[in-house]
Amino acid sequence: MNFTASKQPENCLLGPESDSQRTLYPYVTGTSVVALKYKDGILMAADMGGSYGSTLRYKSVERMKPIGKHSLLGASGEISDFQEILKYLDELILYDNMWDDGNSLGPKEVHNYLTRVMYNRRNKFNPLWNSLVLGGVKKGEKYLGTVSMIGVNFEDNHVATGFGNHLARPILRQEWHENLSFEDGVKLLEKCMRVLLYRDRSAINKLQIAKITEEGMTISPPYSLKTYWEFSAFENPTQGAVGSW
Amino acid sequence: MDLEMNLNAPHSMGTTIIGVTYNGGVVLGADSRTSTGMYVANRASDKITQLTDNVYVCRSGSAADSQIVSDYVRYFLHQHTIQLGQSATSKVAANLIRLLSYNNKNMLETGLIVGGWDKYEGGKIYAIPLGGTLIEQPFAIGGSGSSYLYGFFDQAWKEGMTKDEAEQLVVKAVSLAIARDGASGGVVRTVIINSEGVTRNFYPGDKLQLWHEELEPQNSLLDLLNSSNSEPMNI
Repeated sequence: MNFTASKQPENCLLGPESDSQRTLYPYVTGTSVVALKYKDGILMAADMGGSYGSTLRYKSVERMKPIGKHSLLGASGEISDFQEILKYLDELILYDNMWDDGNSLGPKEVHNYLTRVMYNRRNKFNPLWNSLVLGGVKKGEKYLGTVSMIGVNFEDNHVATGFGNHLARPILRQEWHENLSFEDGVKLLEKCMRVLLYRDRSAINKLQIAKITEEGMTISPPYSLKTYWEFSAFENPTQGAVGSW
Repeated sequence: MDLEMNLNAPHSMGTTIIGVTYNGGVVLGADSRTSTGMYVANRASDKITQLTDNVYVCRSGSAADSQIVSDYVRYFLHQHTIQLGQSATSKVAANLIRLLSYNNKNMLETGLIVGGWDKYEGGKIYAIPLGGTLIEQPFAIGGSGSSYLYGFFDQAWKEGMTKDEAEQLVVKAVSLAIARDGASGGVVRTVIINSEGVTRNFYPGDKLQLWHEELEPQNSLLDLLNSSNSEPMNI
């Protein structure tokens, strides 16, 4: 038995994998990230799962990290590529600090840098296999943007990656409004994360919510959401049609 | 049934590897089977390889890839130790492994578990699966046999074990994986690393606990038949 998933079929025209200079497929992946703008800044949520194919292999992966003083980066997709991006950003912030000129990179600039990195890698057929969410506040201005592995980037009042696009954004389109309080923002994100927990196979019930405001970034300790299963329709669903599901 | 064993298939370590922290250090464990297709090329391999005096690595996946990666990292760590003037930390070793695994992700097929003890952070375990993600954990499992151990560790792992408890857990786990994974087998090797140094242990296959549907090994049927509570041969 081979535990790797990288065997090509016999009739494949792709050539030997070792010749390739490109990332072919992800191994350890994170699922959705959801974020929204609220009164004081940005709220972002992500679970702590690192899946290895269909196995929920790692359950304490922090997929949201602070970048400099003003930004927060959340990532889904290949974790090793996310770790590499964090190293690139570390260097970027370091050089920025070395100017020692009182100025610091804001979220808009960091988002732009990431967009260039992701798009240029895509052009070389060697993508960083991630979908990124970049949020932050600088001088009172809130910013929330996203970049995908092919370089698609945009900003909005609420963004999500992966399954979050399909399950969370419709909820956010209905219920998001300008100047949400912290409590309402958190409850809205939790509503989204609960739906993702029910409906996304790679979601795990251990998440963190991060907040970034003018004052700085804080990230909650890992916690779990309560789920509801006691619908009467759930108790005996096949009573009227034995053998169905 | 395929009777032609592919003797030229790449040497792969379908394996079970484990790394566990305890209050004072780490315990690394592994089975000893290296297979070439369906043939067991080496039934007593040593998959726990030394990187420095205080840091070891458990290797899984392609035997060649894991050997070359650990050889390079041993070489780099040796130079690093000279420059630094003191022992390398397990974090540095793990990051060197990560760099090689990540930057050559298209070519390599190896999952590694780095475990060591240093004076700054004590005992630490780092997992570096396929792709080159680096993840620090209180315990890590890897290799094809690890599939059978996720549930076991969810139930049996606890924080703050003693050295003996940790080693017993590792031996039990590797033994359970060997029972169910065709690609794991042979002996259980463990390496314990703490402030006092490194201890290597060896548990031969016939000395391990028996699991479900496994029988006590005998020298011969004749011994069974001749023993006092013998069963008559049935037709």
